[in-house]
Formats: sequence, structure tokens, C-alpha cells
Amino acid sequence: MHNRRRNLLKAAGIAAAALAAGLLKPVAALAAAWNKEAFSAKNPGDALKSLGAAGAEASGAIVIDAPQIAENGAVVPIEITSNVPGTTSIAVLIDKNPFPLAGKFDFMEGAMPFVKLNVKMGETSEVRALAMAGGRNYVATKEIKVTIGGCGG
Amino acid sequence: MAAGPMKMRATLGAGYTDVRVLMSHPMETGQRKMPDGQLVPLHFIQSVTVKVNGKTVVEGQISQAISRNPVFSFRVRGGAKGDRIEVAWLDNKGETNSTEATIA
Repeated sequence: MHNRRRNLLKAAGIAAAALAAGLLKPVAALAAAWNKEAFSAKNPGDALKSLGAAGAEASGAIVIDAPQIAENGAVVPIEITSNVPGTTSIAVLIDKNPFPLAGKFDFMEGAMPFVKLNVKMGETSEVRALAMAGGRNYVATKEIKVTIGGCGG
Repeated sequence: MAAGPMKMRATLGAGYTDVRVLMSHPMETGQRKMPDGQLVPLHFIQSVTVKVNGKTVVEGQISQAISRNPVFSFRVRGGAKGDRIEVAWLDNKGETNSTEATIA
């Protein structure tokens, strides 16, 4: 029991240190990394251009797992897996949203090119999953029908 | 209100670790109107970082199009019981939160 208490104290110490470091250091770095230009783009073409992926080629190696019909546009679950070898980033674009780019994820140090997330969709739209691998860009598309939009509140 | 609790679960799959994280955040789009007709200001998480044993494995940038109280799943190759997973976020107002868990 005593041992457990030591462990607990140790864990708390580590957590506190991590928190302090996390609060002080990465804020500026993270803020600078946010791609404002791509996220402010109002159509998917401009967003892709800002990501440096204007000429992305269609690929069947990117799997978009999402419902064909989303009843609630406020929470649409989308799962993306890239089977393109050497994928380092995945981006998600919802063509008909006011700002199509919903997110971009960079993978390193053993992270698999996979992400599952919930997005808001204003209306029925094509959803694009972009995979970046070795300086080349690949894209897959899937239409998701929305019966109740998620952007009006 | 923004920096509500986070929940995370890291479980071992077949050759990989599944990290599932929930963040409490309003994720305001800046397009929703309050009853008095004024727009609710834009307020959303911009960056998400996942670390395993202190090493960054996923760096995500997200927009206001992510649903309220975002839930993400990530997968990391390998992993062992006791590995430390840390997830942190930063929003457009400079608020941050983080949580950690060990692989169960």
C-alpha cells in the first residue's frame, strides 16, 4: 500500500511537470503552425492549393469510412485510413462547408496514417480525404448526405 | 467553461495502440446567432498534439468544422502496457488543456 502511494505521488509530480512545460512552451510554436491560409479558403480548390496539393491524384488506397446518410450534420463520424505507402499527412475537406478544410494531421514516430473524427456538415457534400506521401498527394472522395444541417445551431 | 475535462483511453490492439480522446470544447463556428441576433464569436481548438513517452507522434491542425466536444481516435504502431500517452490542445483564444494516460 505504501508503495502504491509513492507511485501515485510520482505520477502526480510527472503530470505537474508536463503541464507546466506544456503551458509555457508549445503555445507559440503551435499557433504559428496553424495554416491560416488553408483554413480560410472558401472553396476546396483554394484549400488544396494552400496545402500544396493542387494536383492531387485520385487514389483507391485511401479509405473513407463514414455513413452515406448523416441524420445529424452537427456530428458526422468520419474515419480515414491511408494505405498509400509512406503517408505522412492526412487532411479532411468538406466541399460545401463555408470553409472546406476541417483538419490536417501529420504523423511521425510510428503513428499510423489513421484518424477518426467527428465533423460538422452544413449540407450534403462531397468529403475529400487527402493523403500526402513522399512529396506526392493523393485524394479520395465520398459523398455524405445530410438531412439536418449542423451549422445553424 | 472552455477548458473542461478531457477523457482519454489508450488500449492495445493487434500490433498497435488505439488512442481515443474526448475534449470538452464548445467549438463555436462564429456563424451561430444568440437570441438577441448577435453572432457567437468564433471559438475553436486549432491544434492537437499526441505524444507517446514524450515523443510527438501526431500533430493535428483543425478548424471550427470539428464537432462540439471533439472526439478523436489515433493509432500508433507497437506500444506496451504502461507507455505514457499525452494529448494536448490549443484553441484560437490561446487556451490550452492536456491529459495523460498510460496504455491499459
